[in-house]
Amino acid sequence: MTKRTKNATILADLAVGDEARVIAVNGEGRVTNRLLEMGVVPGATVSVVKAAPFGDPIQIRVLGYSLAMRRREAEMIEVAK
Amino acid sequence: MEGTLAAKHITVALAGNPNAGKTTLFNALTGLKQKVANYPGVTVERKEGSWQLGDSNATLIDLPGLYSLDATSLDEQIASDIIRGQQQGIAKPDVVIAVVDATNLERNLYLVTQLFEFGVPVVVALTMIDVFEKQKHEIDVEMLSAILKVPVVAVNAKSGRGIDELAEKATSVIGTTQQIPYSFEEQEESGARGKIFARYSFISNAVQESTWHSDQSSHLVSDKIDRVLTHKFFGLVILVGILLVVFQTIFSWASLPMDLLESGFGALQETVKSALPEGILADLISDGIIAGVGGVVVFLPQILLLFLFISLLEDSGYMARAAFLLDKLMSRVGLHGKAFLPLISSFACAIPGIMATRTIENRRDRFATIMIAPFMSCSARLPVYTLMIGAFFGGQYVFGFVSVGALLMLLMYTIGIVFAVGAAFILKRTILNAPPPPFLMELPPYRLPNLRTVFQNMLTRAWQFLKRAGTVILAISIILWALMYFPRSGQEPVVSSQQTEVAADQQPAESVQLRQSYAGKLGHALEPVIQPLGFDWKIGVALIASFAAREVLVSTLSIIYNVGKDENEESETLITAVREAKKDDGTIAWTPLTALSLMVFFVLAMQCMSTLAVVRRETNSWSWPIFMFVYMTVLAYVASLITYQGGKALGFE
Repeated sequence: MTKRTKNATILADLAVGDEARVIAVNGEGRVTNRLLEMGVVPGATVSVVKAAPFGDPIQIRVLGYSLAMRRREAEMIEVAK
Repeated sequence: MEGTLAAKHITVALAGNPNAGKTTLFNALTGLKQKVANYPGVTVERKEGSWQLGDSNATLIDLPGLYSLDATSLDEQIASDIIRGQQQGIAKPDVVIAVVDATNLERNLYLVTQLFEFGVPVVVALTMIDVFEKQKHEIDVEMLSAILKVPVVAVNAKSGRGIDELAEKATSVIGTTQQIPYSFEEQEESGARGKIFARYSFISNAVQESTWHSDQSSHLVSDKIDRVLTHKFFGLVILVGILLVVFQTIFSWASLPMDLLESGFGALQETVKSALPEGILADLISDGIIAGVGGVVVFLPQILLLFLFISLLEDSGYMARAAFLLDKLMSRVGLHGKAFLPLISSFACAIPGIMATRTIENRRDRFATIMIAPFMSCSARLPVYTLMIGAFFGGQYVFGFVSVGALLMLLMYTIGIVFAVGAAFILKRTILNAPPPPFLMELPPYRLPNLRTVFQNMLTRAWQFLKRAGTVILAISIILWALMYFPRSGQEPVVSSQQTEVAADQQPAESVQLRQSYAGKLGHALEPVIQPLGFDWKIGVALIASFAAREVLVSTLSIIYNVGKDENEESETLITAVREAKKDDGTIAWTPLTALSLMVFFVLAMQCMSTLAVVRRETNSWSWPIFMFVYMTVLAYVASLITYQGGKALGFE
C-alpha cells in the first residue's frame, strides 16, 4: 500500500464533469497494474464523464479516450483537483 | 543478406489494441487468403493469412487485440509466446507490425514500447489518420519515427494509402536490431510499476514532440451520441428496443430462407427415395442423413443474421455501451457486464453465445456465464413450443384479446431467465466463487462498421456451423436413425400375437417397427421414470432423440405418429395426430397439462449435443459439460414433475 496523502480526494468521489490530476494509484496486483497500463498514471488528467444507470460503473476520460470502471476501481485512484 | 532473405520463409505478426483497426488492416493485407483456427488446447482464435512481401509470400499472423503484453490474460500470454517464438507450430516472427490508432496515440503506443522490449524488429502502422486530421490535429510522422527509432507508416486500408510502403519498411527491418529509445534506470519506483511509468513518460514526451492538437475536441460526436444511448433512463429503453428489433428481424428475415431450405431438403429426400432402390441405403440417406443434418442446417439463416447483428453492434462501438449500462444489474448476480452479450446471443443459439464468452477475462466469470447460457430459450426450442401451443392452446384468449399462446411463450422465456439468474447466483457463491471481477473497459468512439469485416466474420461463423453439422450432427443422426431402424420388425416373424394385435389396431408398419426397435425398447425402459411427468413410452422415444438436438422432438414425433417425416411443426396433420394420439391402454396420450409439462422440461433440460461439445472445447475438460448436463436435466425433471403433479392436484388434466 502506498501511503495516503492527507485530505486526499479519490476519483470515486468526484462529481460528473469534474476534472482532476492523478496523484497515486493505490493497491497492488493485476487491477492496479492494468489501471496504470491503461494510462491512469500519476500526473495524468482525468475527468468524470458520466455514471451508468444505477450509479455504477462510471465513465472517465483519460489520455483523450473513454474508460469505464466500477466505483470499486475508482476508489483506488487518488486525485487532486 | 539478400540470399538468406529469399531462402527463408518470412513470418510477420500484427499486434495492436482492440478497436485500432487491426482487423481491417489484416483483411486489406491478406485479402481472402486467410484461415481461422484455434491455438492448440486453448480457445484463443488464431487468424493467419498470406501477405505479398516483395517477391515472397510472408505468413501474416493476426494476434488477438491487446492493451498490454504483461501476460495477465490468456490472449496476452499467447501473444507474448508468439512474439518470443515459443508458441508451438508458429515460427518466431521476423517483424511485428504494430497497429496504432492515431486518434488514441498515447495509450496505443504503450503496447509498442512493450514490443521494443521484446527485441523484435517493429514497424508502426498508423491508422485512423484521416479521422485524426479531419479533427484538425496534425502529426509529424517522420518526427515520431525519429523519436521511436522505428519506421512509422501512415496507412489507410480503404484507400490503400501506405500499404506498399508498409511492405517495403517491413522488409527493410528484418534481421536488424532496434534499440529501446528509453531506459528504466531513472525511475524512483522499481518493478512493474517503474517500468509502466518509464514507458508512459517516454510516450508522453514523444507525443508532445510529434503532434499538434487543435482545440476541437475529438470525442465530441461520440459524446453527443452517448448523451442519448447511455442516458440513465432512455439508454435502457433504447437498449431493450434495439434487442427487440434485432430478434424480430432475425425471426422474420430468416423465415423465408428457412422455409426454402426446409422444402429443399424435403425435395432432396423425395429425390433420393425415388432414385435409389428401396431399401436400407435409401432409408439411411433420406430419413437418417438428410432429415437429421437438414433439420439443423435450416437454422443457418438465423445464425447468419445473428452474427450479422452482433458484428454490427460490436464494430459500431455499441456493445461496450450495452455492457456499461447493464454492468450493475449483472454484478448483482455476480456476473460481468460483458456476460450480457453471450447471454443475449444464446436466445438464438447457445453455441455462438458460449463462444462469445471469450471476451470475459476471468476464468470463473467466464465459466459461470457458459454454465447458464443454455437456459436462454434458443431457436431450436421454438418448433417444440410452437407444436405444443398449436395443438393444445391454439386460438385461446384471455381477457378476450391476449393470446394464451403468446403468454405461454413469454412464460417459457421467463422461466429460462429466472433459472439462469438463480443458477448464476448459486454457482458464483459456491464452486465458481470469486471476488467481484474488476470492470475496466474502453468505450471506443462510435464508428461506422466496416462491411467487409462484418461479412467476413459472418462467413467464418457460418462455415464453423456447417462444419459441425457435417460432422457431429451427421454422426448423431445416423445413430438415431439406426436405433429406430433396427432390429427390423420383419426379421422377427415369431411375434405373431403382436402382429394380430397390431392388425386389429390398424397400426401401420412404421409403428410396429418403432415399438420393436432399440429406440422403442429404450422408450419402454424409460417409461416408469417419465410417467410421473405425464409422458408415455412414445414421448419417451422422442425425448431420447431430442437429447441430440431439441428440434429433433418434432421430427421424431412425426415418425412415431406416422404422419410422415416431412411434416413440419405447423402442419395440421401432426397437430391433429398429437391431439388424437392414444397410449397403449387406449387413453389419450396428450393433455394440455402434458404439453405444459413437456414445454417446461424443454426450457430447462440440456438437450443439445453440439452445445455440450462446444462446452467441452471451451472449458478444455469433460467435467464441465457433464456437470452442465446433469444439473440442468435434473432441474428440468423436477420442474416438469412439479408442473404435472401440481397441475393434477389442482384439478387440471
